[in-house]
Amino acid sequence: MRRPSARRITALLAAGVLLPVLAACGADNDKGGSTEGGDSALVIYSGRNEKLVKPILDKLEKAVGAEVEVRYGDSAELAAQILEEGERTKAGLFFSQDAGALGALSREGMLQKLPQSSLDAVDEAYRGSEGDWVGLSGRVRVIAYNPDKVAEGKVPDSVHDVVKPEWKGKVGFAPTNASFQAFVTGMRVLEGDDATREWLKDLKANGKTYAHNLATLDGVEAGEVELGLVNHYYWYERVAEKGEDKVNAKLKFLPGKDPGALINVAGVGILAESGQSATAQKAVDYLLSKEAQTYFADTTKEYPLAAGVTSKVEGLPPFDSLESPDIDLGKLESLQETLAMLQDVGLV
Amino acid sequence: MTRGSGAGPGSRPPLILLVPACVAALFALLPLGYLAVRALERGPAFAWDVVADERTLQLLGHSLGLTAVVVGACLVLGVSLAWLTVRTALPGARAWSVLATLPLAVPSYVAAFAWLSAEPDLAGFGGAALALTLVSFPYVHLPVAAALRGIDPAQEEAARSLGHGPLRTFVRVTLPQLRPAAAGGALLVALYVLSDFGAVSLMRYDTFTRAIHTSYRASFDRTPAAALSVVLVVMTIALVAAEARTRGRAGHARTGTGTARPAVPTVLGRWRPLALLWCAAVSAVAVAFPLGTLGYWLAVGTSATWDLGGLAETAWATFGVAAAGAALTTALALPVGVIAARHRGRGARLLEQAAYAGHALPGITVALALVFFAVRYAYPLYQQLPLLVGAYAVLFLPVAVAATRAAVLQAPPVLEDVARSLGRRPWQVLREVTVPLAAPGVAAGAALTFVVCMKELPATLLLRPTGMDTLATRLWTETGAGSFAAAAPYAAALILLAAVPSYLLGRHRT
Repeated sequence: MRRPSARRITALLAAGVLLPVLAACGADNDKGGSTEGGDSALVIYSGRNEKLVKPILDKLEKAVGAEVEVRYGDSAELAAQILEEGERTKAGLFFSQDAGALGALSREGMLQKLPQSSLDAVDEAYRGSEGDWVGLSGRVRVIAYNPDKVAEGKVPDSVHDVVKPEWKGKVGFAPTNASFQAFVTGMRVLEGDDATREWLKDLKANGKTYAHNLATLDGVEAGEVELGLVNHYYWYERVAEKGEDKVNAKLKFLPGKDPGALINVAGVGILAESGQSATAQKAVDYLLSKEAQTYFADTTKEYPLAAGVTSKVEGLPPFDSLESPDIDLGKLESLQETLAMLQDVGLV
Repeated sequence: MTRGSGAGPGSRPPLILLVPACVAALFALLPLGYLAVRALERGPAFAWDVVADERTLQLLGHSLGLTAVVVGACLVLGVSLAWLTVRTALPGARAWSVLATLPLAVPSYVAAFAWLSAEPDLAGFGGAALALTLVSFPYVHLPVAAALRGIDPAQEEAARSLGHGPLRTFVRVTLPQLRPAAAGGALLVALYVLSDFGAVSLMRYDTFTRAIHTSYRASFDRTPAAALSVVLVVMTIALVAAEARTRGRAGHARTGTGTARPAVPTVLGRWRPLALLWCAAVSAVAVAFPLGTLGYWLAVGTSATWDLGGLAETAWATFGVAAAGAALTTALALPVGVIAARHRGRGARLLEQAAYAGHALPGITVALALVFFAVRYAYPLYQQLPLLVGAYAVLFLPVAVAATRAAVLQAPPVLEDVARSLGRRPWQVLREVTVPLAAPGVAAGAALTFVVCMKELPATLLLRPTGMDTLATRLWTETGAGSFAAAAPYAAALILLAAVPSYLLGRHRT
């Protein structure tokens, strides 16, 4: 019927198979030169976004004096991948967006104990209870508000106030967001399941749900809602994307150890079986150093947790002044129950 | 209409087909092997407890309801556009045909995100159904268009000469011949909907896939996720069996002498404006709307860097892996598709079902399965390009199988019989008769596979060589950091690259 076209298709298919193979050979040759660093090379699995951490990981490569390869992905998926890889994992260091994924690897005994000097670099609250992972930077839950709609003095001081009738239809939040769920877990730890369930029901009645934190912030910005429950650094991300004069929303940092002021941390752990421990340990030391901590403060607008570095970001309250709830981040691993509760209430 | 004599229900496929088909099927069954290991890790009782939860029933209802609605909508969109662009004198038919393929390149989460930013109230069933329909109707459109091109118009002419009106001819003669292609496409849509995570998560509609993802993320426990995945596999097998039942026994190949003449395009007359409006409306919501959203991201954001070198490099890498993925998938699918079309025994049925069984699984589950096997049995290949290409074949084998099977069904088996009677060996029959006759449909399948490989995200993230980026992973990185303006060019490149194979396919029309 159409023999010529069939032949052309066969040729295309053959080319399709061959091209990438050739490309791969080329790539392997390129790599051949650089892997001669030997066994000291380090592979980092990073659950933190490339856009946020690539510059500092590039510097890390120079600091540890070995070849560093970074594999980016989602924190939870990378944790699952490492668990599946088991003893043959390619990862020497796991850089996680949140404590939960590190806790999961710790529970399976995949992480190596860190030296006391690394652990002592940060406050006890921000490291693994088994001493096998350490937090690097923190982000705090805040209330974003639209100053055109609500005066600064009227912004609630507590997440318990946002479920009051006067805010009906005026509160935005992202129930599928991991930080929101960590905050709900924190509330369960602090105030119990029954109180949290009631609060969630009230929030559902009062609030408007968004796909994620940035969408929530945009909702506040556009005046769709007056208040939004978000992480502090999204506001700075928005400023970086749109320019400060174009961002209308403001942030309220909650006082009085309110559960709504929970601090989440990103951290690192060393994979015990990878055979990359020495280089990985150097990498941990570098990430806790002044240079790296300053990067987290200035560039990702987070709170640095070590090396006595303080954030100089304008308008960001000092870390010491945050009145966050006292909570064992290890307990935030009980996310499963939180999700079951969110499902019961009908929020996710 | 005939039944092939040399390849009837009882006949055994030649080894030249059987061996590679079995290899392909075993390949496709890898994820199921992994699921069995993981789901039963803590004993069948634990797995049963996970599955025998009242929530399972609710998830089942949600998943099946969403699937039914999306499949119905895709059939309407896909068949109507295919008929208009292939068989009528529609102005700009070729352009409309290419436009009708592009939505497949729009990642479901981009579509969902675009609709949600325009109308937050869409969240839920309606929004999920809308977004999924608009990205998956090409699964129906492409094979149906290919089938329409392969139909011998003589049958329709005969029907007309016997006094059937145009509508009756379409329903009694044309539609039955399209049934294998349409049902195959509908099955792919159904499995895509079952496996999708992007759209349902953004639209907050609870389906099986979402529950599986939640299970990984919340508990880092792979056992409940695997147990839930097994339910998806059972659903898939039921759907594949249901599709097989709609096939009936009649063959649809022409048996006359000579070559089929191209069909005379139907003159639309006073329906022309309406037909144009329909094509324009579908293209507007499925292609122009997401592209417009990308344009809006570029306009309001400042994060765009216009790193054209980087974009071109990523696009080239994406083109390479997707082309390799499509080629391998098509090669593996060819024997399965030919056997499924020509041999109707239980063995042939099992082979085809094996190819489909894992297709409704979420990408993350398939990716973890491949991590599991590669780390244990193919460690040197782990996180290397060949394994990623292999993963695409496991993920998308049914896409190519469906296209091949529909195309082979349209080729007259009697020609193969003649070739055999003239002393041709099975592989010669395959090379000289079957494949050339089925080539347009096989190529359509390869094009589809190429596009879905390009936008694949979860398996690419876990299995790509460290440091390699595709357009989809770049898009994921940029949107994950909130840099929507920087993300826009990658999404746009994805959609434009998808236009290449559909444009090439269009050129083969006579």
